[in-house]
Amino acid sequence: MSKITKEQVEHVADLARLSFTEAEIEDFTNQMSKVIDYAEVLNELDTENVEPTTHVMDVRNVLREDNVKPSLQREEALKNAPKQKDGQFEVPSVLD
Amino acid sequence: MKFETIIGLEVHSELKTNSKIFCGCSTAFGAPPNTHTCPICLGHPGVLPVLNQRAVDYAIKAAVALNCEIAEETKFDRKNYFYPDNPKAYQISQFDKPVGENGWIEIEVDGYKKRIGITRIHLEEDAGKLTHDDYDDASLVDFNRVGTPLIEIVSEPDIRTPNEAYAYLEKLKAILQYTEVSDCKMEEGSLRCDANISLRPAGQEEFGTKAELKNLNSFTNVQKGLAFEEKRQAEVLLSGGEILQETRRWNEDKKETILMRIKEGSDDYRYFPEPDLVNLYIDHEWIDRIRGGIPELPDARKQRYINDWNIPAYDAGVLTQTKAMADFFEESVEVGADAKQAANWLMGEVNAYLNSEGIEIEEIKMTPKGLAGMIKLIEDGTISGKIAKKVFNEMMKNGGEAKQIVEDKGLVQISDEGQLKAIVDNILDNNQQSIDDFKNGKDKAFGFLVGQAMKETKGKANPQVINKLIKEGLESR
Repeated sequence: MSKITKEQVEHVADLARLSFTEAEIEDFTNQMSKVIDYAEVLNELDTENVEPTTHVMDVRNVLREDNVKPSLQREEALKNAPKQKDGQFEVPSVLD
Repeated sequence: MKFETIIGLEVHSELKTNSKIFCGCSTAFGAPPNTHTCPICLGHPGVLPVLNQRAVDYAIKAAVALNCEIAEETKFDRKNYFYPDNPKAYQISQFDKPVGENGWIEIEVDGYKKRIGITRIHLEEDAGKLTHDDYDDASLVDFNRVGTPLIEIVSEPDIRTPNEAYAYLEKLKAILQYTEVSDCKMEEGSLRCDANISLRPAGQEEFGTKAELKNLNSFTNVQKGLAFEEKRQAEVLLSGGEILQETRRWNEDKKETILMRIKEGSDDYRYFPEPDLVNLYIDHEWIDRIRGGIPELPDARKQRYINDWNIPAYDAGVLTQTKAMADFFEESVEVGADAKQAANWLMGEVNAYLNSEGIEIEEIKMTPKGLAGMIKLIEDGTISGKIAKKVFNEMMKNGGEAKQIVEDKGLVQISDEGQLKAIVDNILDNNQQSIDDFKNGKDKAFGFLVGQAMKETKGKANPQVINKLIKEGLESR
């Protein structure tokens, strides 16, 4: 049974700025449904008395002091940029 | 039909930490683009963020000062969105467990007091800065700001007028400045505000559709933008139209809000718990430690000025609007200034000077001691009010002690009757017309003669003595 609809896949693809062919959408819909089905197995467990957790490790309050450390050299920071200008990352125009 | 206006405000405020929220890069404002970045804030693969303790301290401090309940357990979440101001394609924020909830602040506006609820206050990271490059028709990104710690403060929809919105922001800013968690400089972007506004027919329970206002770069523009929007929405509704859920931009030049986009459905940020950060537990000791570091807040100070120094409520409100002004005032009184006189100078001349120069009180050269000294010289009659203005201007520009300035510039007031009588007699001898005018009932002539005497003595004459001598002179002629 398919839990995931084609529309949902298209919506998620749109949010991720990805475009797919019809065939790919079809494929992903099936695959994602299977993944969800697989995870459904967990629903068989009774979690009535289990606190919700967001982490498996019981580690708390990992903090650092507010100290400034050296940053990257600008050239270094910009090294991976496909385009740069005047020490800045150049990207396609966004107007908002 | 009568409408009721419903306003809610979202304020983002940068915290005054030295380093960013999840890495050691500096948060200093104004550095050359992309010189305060590292693999963590640039979102390179495989890096781990580590939370800055001081950012948490400040968020708790703000939450306590805003009367919030502090979460015992809080956590971070990823807010996913694609926009070039954010290299990770997600912002680390807090979704369902913010640091503080259910707070309030009290505002006083148009003669009434009112409590405005604060829904929540949460920690998150700031985004980078985009500028448009017209030559290449591209956008340029500076990531220095990305990762600067922010608190977002969301108000309840309790605000009913643009004036209340203004008062809320003033009070919020004062509290954040007093607690020293943020600079709150709108011009540097360390305080930013978005406003939600809707109208509903008076008496109706259900809220109307709201519009979100952006680009409100000063408190005055928040007020103006809301006033414009209030009117626009009422006109649309009265003409049978429908308000759409939209984002509108305030245009300062045209003094109007302009449609940016219509929102279809709610934003889909697909929040999920941030796997790279562990949960944060805030115990009582931590809260108590922070609470102990919160200074006297503006309302308490205001009340103290009213009670202890008989300062009128309005004046006390203005003096406590910024901590710097309140500190200046209190220091002046501590070093001997009469509280009322000090308040008058700060409210009048000092504020006028700050406004005309476009500066803050921290930037003036006059010290509280200088002001106190000048007030004493006026009180004991060493200088006249007129001369005091000269001393004042000198101190504002170059600092120094009032007494020294008066001595150096020979500004001591002339109160010697003999010396002044000679001057007054001479003026009367040469202004028969004014004497005649005065005798014919023209009171203005008196003022003219006083003015002449002040001019003759370069403003140094004791005005009371001059008044007396001219009066006597006129009577004897």
